[in-house]
Amino acid sequence: MKNIKPSASQKSQPKDKKKTFDTQKKIDKGGKNQKFNSFEKIDGKRKWYLILAGAVIGFLNGFFGGGGGMVCVPILEKVLHLDNKKAHATAIAVIFPLSLVSAFIYVINGYIQSLPLLTVGLGVVAGGVLGSFALKFLPPKAIRIIFAIIMFAGGIKLIL
Amino acid sequence: MTIFLYIIFGILAGVFGGLGMGGGTLLIPLLTIFLGLDQKLCQGINLIAFLVMALISLVIHYKNGYLETKNIYIIILSGLVFSGMGALLANYLPSEVLRMAFGVFLCVLSVFEGYKAFKKN
Repeated sequence: MKNIKPSASQKSQPKDKKKTFDTQKKIDKGGKNQKFNSFEKIDGKRKWYLILAGAVIGFLNGFFGGGGGMVCVPILEKVLHLDNKKAHATAIAVIFPLSLVSAFIYVINGYIQSLPLLTVGLGVVAGGVLGSFALKFLPPKAIRIIFAIIMFAGGIKLIL
Repeated sequence: MTIFLYIIFGILAGVFGGLGMGGGTLLIPLLTIFLGLDQKLCQGINLIAFLVMALISLVIHYKNGYLETKNIYIIILSGLVFSGMGALLANYLPSEVLRMAFGVFLCVLSVFEGYKAFKKN
């Protein structure tokens, strides 16, 4: 298990650097924004993508009380070029403050009950710890497809 | 029995959530379909359960070096505004409408997830 961690981060680091170099080149070609030499900076177009992404993720997560993370992962992969595992972990950091705001609104409107909250919450926390450790081994294709089919069936059931 | 199911569904959702496969998108339909809870109540429960779980899994992910917080503040800032608006709109709408909308959202997500799973391998 310990071997996986350093090799994964080593692999992703040069990749990230390459990407930022590319954007730097693009900026230099344009002759504008010479100040943007720092690797921390991102160009204006991607900034707007992120703002738009935040709006969509935020709205979905507040409106449906969940699911924002599933939209967030592919955006982090495409726009910020995070690898799959990092995107999954970072998505939680993105969703956390958003859920704080929407949870507050649900609570003040009275959509909360102590018994299901405590029991479900207990289960979610226990399961979440298990799942977080298991993120080192991403779920295989078959499980993901079965999960998608179950979700689809659930969706149909809710619509009908 | 119900309490037992609450815990089981919670664990299931937690495992998938920790894996980043959408714990809430699993938990909410489980609770509404099998236990007949109100859609909005489930959404509220899911949000709070997520907050607690997220705190723990963030620590684990941070220790494993999976957190990449550079530039995510942009998503968070615009997301904060819209998550408030989304939650207000959800609380304004009747639960039945929200339930159907959630069903559509699930179908779209599942097609997307299925496609991604096929494409990857």
